[in-house]
Amino acid sequence: MKADPRNVLTGDHYLDGNHASAEGAIAAGCKFFAGYPITPSTEIAERFARRIPLVDGVFIQMEDELASMNAILGASWGGVKSMTCTSGPGFSLMMENFGLGIMLETPCVLVNVQRGGPSTGLPTLPGQADMMQARWGSHGDYEVIALAPDSPQESFELTIQAFNLSEKYRMPVLVMTDECVGHMTEKVVIPPAEEIELYERRYTDKKPGEAWPFEANGDDTAPMLPVGKGYKFHVTGLTHDYRGYPIIDAEAQEKKVKHLVDKIRNHVDEIIWIEEKDVEGAELVVMSYGISSRVVQPAVAKARKEGIKIGQIKMVTVWPFPEKRVRELAEKVKALVMVEMNYGQVYFEMDRCAAGKCKTYLCGHAGGTVHKPDDIYQTIKEAVK
Amino acid sequence: MSTKAAPLNVKEDEKEHPLENILRMDRIPHIWCPTCGLGTTVTALAAALEHLKLDLNKVAIVSGIGCTGRVAGYMKLDSFHTTHGRALPFAVGLHIARPDMKVIVFSGDGDIASIGGNHFIHSARRNFDITVICVNNFIYAMTGGQVAPTTPGKAITSTSPHGNYEHPFNLPYLAGACGATYVARWTALHIRRLTTAMSEAISKRGFSFVEIVAPCSTLYARLNKLGTGLDLMKFYHDNSVIKHGADLKDVDIDFQSKITVGKFVDIEKPTYIDSMNEHLKKKYGDKYKLYGGVNGND
Repeated sequence: MKADPRNVLTGDHYLDGNHASAEGAIAAGCKFFAGYPITPSTEIAERFARRIPLVDGVFIQMEDELASMNAILGASWGGVKSMTCTSGPGFSLMMENFGLGIMLETPCVLVNVQRGGPSTGLPTLPGQADMMQARWGSHGDYEVIALAPDSPQESFELTIQAFNLSEKYRMPVLVMTDECVGHMTEKVVIPPAEEIELYERRYTDKKPGEAWPFEANGDDTAPMLPVGKGYKFHVTGLTHDYRGYPIIDAEAQEKKVKHLVDKIRNHVDEIIWIEEKDVEGAELVVMSYGISSRVVQPAVAKARKEGIKIGQIKMVTVWPFPEKRVRELAEKVKALVMVEMNYGQVYFEMDRCAAGKCKTYLCGHAGGTVHKPDDIYQTIKEAVK
Repeated sequence: MSTKAAPLNVKEDEKEHPLENILRMDRIPHIWCPTCGLGTTVTALAAALEHLKLDLNKVAIVSGIGCTGRVAGYMKLDSFHTTHGRALPFAVGLHIARPDMKVIVFSGDGDIASIGGNHFIHSARRNFDITVICVNNFIYAMTGGQVAPTTPGKAITSTSPHGNYEHPFNLPYLAGACGATYVARWTALHIRRLTTAMSEAISKRGFSFVEIVAPCSTLYARLNKLGTGLDLMKFYHDNSVIKHGADLKDVDIDFQSKITVGKFVDIEKPTYIDSMNEHLKKKYGDKYKLYGGVNGND
């Protein structure tokens, strides 16, 4: 299905990443935004609030992030595409009910414009240190999908993609951007609506009385049931069976959690999106995501000029992690380098997958600014020694 | 249509449970203790829905966590059992998406007034067209009998083993102060009055709140040596004083004392969606299409 032209501001714009993300959401057909102000994410809420009354939707500033996350789940079950945005402390508050979204298999989108932490940290400066919280922040066992835009243009595109993935796999999807991308203003090209492909929600084709809310076949995602149409279904955050009825035993737990894990793990090849450059024949590959994938460019160019055979992988999706590709590369290259604004989060995934087959290096720091190209260059030099 | 209850021991001529069109019979028997007050409150809700002759396809129920939080699972409606304290914000999203549906939040005092307190006051302030039914048993029952923000002074709970010395919430006063358009309180044994209150609350356009004082037999009654749940249910009923329109600040509840019950608030006020539509229409004229929910007209 194509986007509705009424929602799409087709044309060339000069936008920051946050505004672009809001436009992506509206283009994707998002009609409900519940959020709570927090720097540096607030402009997403502000733009949505300004735009949405004239495109038939609702913005509401909730009393806190707990409420925001729950309200978008309720709206999604009401049949509306919904989203929220936040940063650091708000992300922590949303984690409990992000888990409810996972358990109820509820499509929606959460944008985290990362800042420096822990705690209040650096509200106005960038970080990439919520990546493991994105992966494991809610209690229990599950898989997630997280996308990392590197620019306002990608903030627009990946927010749409996040809605599509959330509908396809019936789950909340994360857009993990950062203060730098959120507040960086660049040209954003918004295409005509007919060029924007949307994945529409699948509803059951069974009649009321015959359909259940979690009736999945194997690792397939079950179609949803609509409210208000006589299905009179039940869903619960307790471990449940295909009927949505609570079942408190190990067998039901195994079935439910295995489904939550398998619906992603068995489809990683369709979900994982990485961009490779000069990887064939490289002795060294630099991996990065989000803003860091742009910051690595001068260092990589300098190293290449010096004759270092260097390749790059930009992870557009960070979760699920491109495990298979990293395992293959580890057999071929001398070293893998991860560039991220933290002291080792996605790096440890890369290191785990390298499994000692090649050296691994982290070029990390605590956040507050993007990397200095020279620090990345020095790590590259050390890696090829 | 009938989903047969499996082990219910009924006579041949009473095969149909009187509430089987509204209860999820395949989930009965319920998990509640004998002489718990929740049964009568669910019956009152079922009776209220029947009395209102609502299209039950267009009624949704949302609960949080706790004994009362299990109500959603037993009602044959679109029903959502959410996380602790978060029934209201979940209901807010559902209500805004589907303003054509009646959304009822049915949860306990700990869920609504403690962990969900912030959502309660703001939902009342914004005047969403949502009904909140709060069963107040003065204790955290599901977790084994801990002190609640509603536990009366002196009452013994597992985490106030020397007797409670906190000041409890007066829930109708809280709801009224925050802007609720309908506020009533009854006990679990005022079946007919409670059914009427629920009918009025569900019919009310705006944020409506019904508090039900109900016994917790296994924990509150036992820890405080108050007899069985049934004894306590009778005590609450017999010691209640009906005072419609009572001054809300006077309706607080002391330990085993008189309980003021009645309809305290019944006012008209624009709902959240009414206010939004009125304001935006004024501001944008024909450019603004009145919001009725994305699927509101089907």
